[in-house]
Amino acid sequence: MAKKPQDNHEVETTGHKWDGIEEYNNPLPRWWLWVFYATIVWGIWYTIAYPAWPMISGATQGYLGFSTRANVQVELEAAEAANAGINERLAGVELASIPGDDELAGYARSAGEAVFNTWCVQCHGREGGGATGYPTLSDDAWLWGGTMEAIHTTVTHGIRNDEDPDARYSQMPAFGRDELLTEEEVVQVVNYVMSLSGEPQDAQAAAAGEEVFTYNCAACHGENAMGMEEQGAPNLTDAIWLYGGDYDALYETVWNSRFGVMPPWQERLTEAEIRAVSAYVHQLGGGE
Amino acid sequence: MGNYVKLILLGLIAFFALYAANQARDIAYLVNALTIALVAAGMFIWVLRNTDEDRPVVDLSGEYMDGVVRAGVIATALWGVVGFLVGTFIAFQLAFPSLNFEWAQGYMNFGRLRPLHTSAVIFAFGGNALIATSFYVVQRTCAARLWGGNLAWFVFWGFQLVIVLAATGYLLGATQSKEYAEPEWYVDWWLTIVWVSYLAVFVGTLVKRKEPHIYVANWFYLSFIITVAMLHVVNNLSIPVSIFGSKSVQVFSGVQDAMTQWWYGHNAVGFFLTAGFLAMMYYFVPKQAGRPVFSYKLSIIHFWALIFLYIWAGPHHLHYTALPDWASTLGMVFSIILWMPSWGGMINGLMTLSGAWDKLRTDPVIRMMVISLGFYGMSTFEGPMMSIRAVNSLSHYTDWTIGHVHSGALGWNGMITFGCLYFLVPKLWNRERLYSLSLVSWHFWLATIGIILYAASMWVTGIMEGLMWREVDANGFLVNSFADTVSAKLPMYVVRGLGGVMFLAGALIMCFNLYMTVRRSPAVQTDNSAVPAE
Repeated sequence: MAKKPQDNHEVETTGHKWDGIEEYNNPLPRWWLWVFYATIVWGIWYTIAYPAWPMISGATQGYLGFSTRANVQVELEAAEAANAGINERLAGVELASIPGDDELAGYARSAGEAVFNTWCVQCHGREGGGATGYPTLSDDAWLWGGTMEAIHTTVTHGIRNDEDPDARYSQMPAFGRDELLTEEEVVQVVNYVMSLSGEPQDAQAAAAGEEVFTYNCAACHGENAMGMEEQGAPNLTDAIWLYGGDYDALYETVWNSRFGVMPPWQERLTEAEIRAVSAYVHQLGGGE
Repeated sequence: MGNYVKLILLGLIAFFALYAANQARDIAYLVNALTIALVAAGMFIWVLRNTDEDRPVVDLSGEYMDGVVRAGVIATALWGVVGFLVGTFIAFQLAFPSLNFEWAQGYMNFGRLRPLHTSAVIFAFGGNALIATSFYVVQRTCAARLWGGNLAWFVFWGFQLVIVLAATGYLLGATQSKEYAEPEWYVDWWLTIVWVSYLAVFVGTLVKRKEPHIYVANWFYLSFIITVAMLHVVNNLSIPVSIFGSKSVQVFSGVQDAMTQWWYGHNAVGFFLTAGFLAMMYYFVPKQAGRPVFSYKLSIIHFWALIFLYIWAGPHHLHYTALPDWASTLGMVFSIILWMPSWGGMINGLMTLSGAWDKLRTDPVIRMMVISLGFYGMSTFEGPMMSIRAVNSLSHYTDWTIGHVHSGALGWNGMITFGCLYFLVPKLWNRERLYSLSLVSWHFWLATIGIILYAASMWVTGIMEGLMWREVDANGFLVNSFADTVSAKLPMYVVRGLGGVMFLAGALIMCFNLYMTVRRSPAVQTDNSAVPAE
């Protein structure tokens, strides 16, 4: 260890020279060699202890019985077993009673959040914040209802999908594209709808639009335009808009209609998970 | 006579490329076919103009063939800047997704630019550096002119064509979806031809060497060329859907395909970015330091250990997947045993400087080479550590991997290449010295700080997201969504982007410095004749 770098000068070179480069004949550094040996010895032991060497049929399994698949199975079963009791209770109770049951509600919140963050957050946003075309779940406005029952049904069967015959369904006509209304009438009704929530509009057109609304829209959105949950028809009098409440967005909605789809979750999630995520959504702020 | 054969061949290529372009099933294939037609037609005209011209016969056999090395040096510097620029841009795309411009969707979004970045830095920058330095080194250490006449030029231009075809293909959507092996089947075929020519030039030069022994750098170069040929061919075995379309179907499927891919991918790191660059180190470090290599014994032992062990380490990329446990164990064990053989190269490089440490103060080029060896040592320790299954369960799929790759790529491959370019340019253009040493110092510090920002931010964000992914609450439910980790990473993504800006700035300074060296530095007559040293 006490060897100083200068001592290198006394080491012989190999005697060759390439473009002026020579090589010393220094021995292998001891520490380097011993660490190298140690990793080899460790490697031999490790391949005896763990599954390692491929044979004709299958590989050596190692004396420790290690298996990544078995390990993850054990972990999954342990987690399932730990929550088995409460999952069973969650799946069995009256839906409406879940929010009032402290133990169930607390459990459903964390279980439901995990489900939500895996499956729902992509469209509905963090904590149900929503996005254009994807309803906000944390406010009081509900298209298909905000009770535990209603949310549970929506999550279980989805909306306007082809997979589940029990999916919630309704379809707004494309009033302009399908020539149910003239362009002038579309402009009028758009102005009327804008007037309901107090936004700037063409007052004359809006007045004319009231009649158009009564004959064409009130059947689903209601006489007072407060919406109808059985039809998934939104309240048009508030400032909450799924596809936007400005003139262009409303014109597009009336002209071409909208057709928002949500998949059914009963095939992918267990009943306890659906109930948990329903309870999570219910407590985000707008549960009825 | 030879020219007429060439003319017929080029004419046929241009004709068939145009025909293929007319039949093209997709835009990437169309553009690539037109590129080939254009190149072939251009060469046709060029050959035609030179046909039947009187040319003085000059015997160049006693002289080194340096034109192709000069071209390689220029290509290395230019592709490097392109690669770093794209890398910096996509780093900011990750931080600020609105940089995936709406008007450029399908061409310049992250998914299209990312393979462009990796291929540009690994193959265009690294590959050109390897080809250019190997042509330089093999001539000097064999005291022989490159074998095969203009074949070396074919290798150079053929390789540039691979890069252009691959890059335009990526932007237009042609990809095999295999990391670092994205180019589609016809580019793979062309690269195979170029690579075999490269092997021929290299081995041909070794065979006609005037030195009795083969220098250690050439062992590394040769192992790199041969292994890359083997890896490339096996990993790209695929059947084209149509000969007039870019899409092809892999021969292997499922986990076999994944294993083949990472056998390739890991050894692209092992033989392209490690063995090949160690070859550069073994020539340029002792030359720049003016010192003998530390230990011949160490070079021999670590060379054989490295190439024997590296080839088995690939499965560590597939821990906790469909890959059987036994294969994953072997990948991990070989990776860990690989630690010391990897460090052998670092020791040999650093100890070569013993007795010349004072040069670190005065010579920024040596400083660059030393820090590259430092980063090499760090990433070849980090790699085996990350291959340990338990560590990997945290690090896998996180930015830690990205940080690891970049401390190796920017720190080791980048810095040693910069050092070599600073060494080569004055020699190749017969200049007395570099234009400015203080600009080299600027480059050194910008690049070093840039790499540290990059690696450190990726360690932080990688370990953070790994911990966030596995965080569970009292009931065993995951606490964070993927989006939570994405938003938590933003500050570190910005720091990473800044690191990239600094690294890019350093490279631009280097280009300026090298350009000014050629233009302004005082000329000097250097000896270009191929004579053995003793």
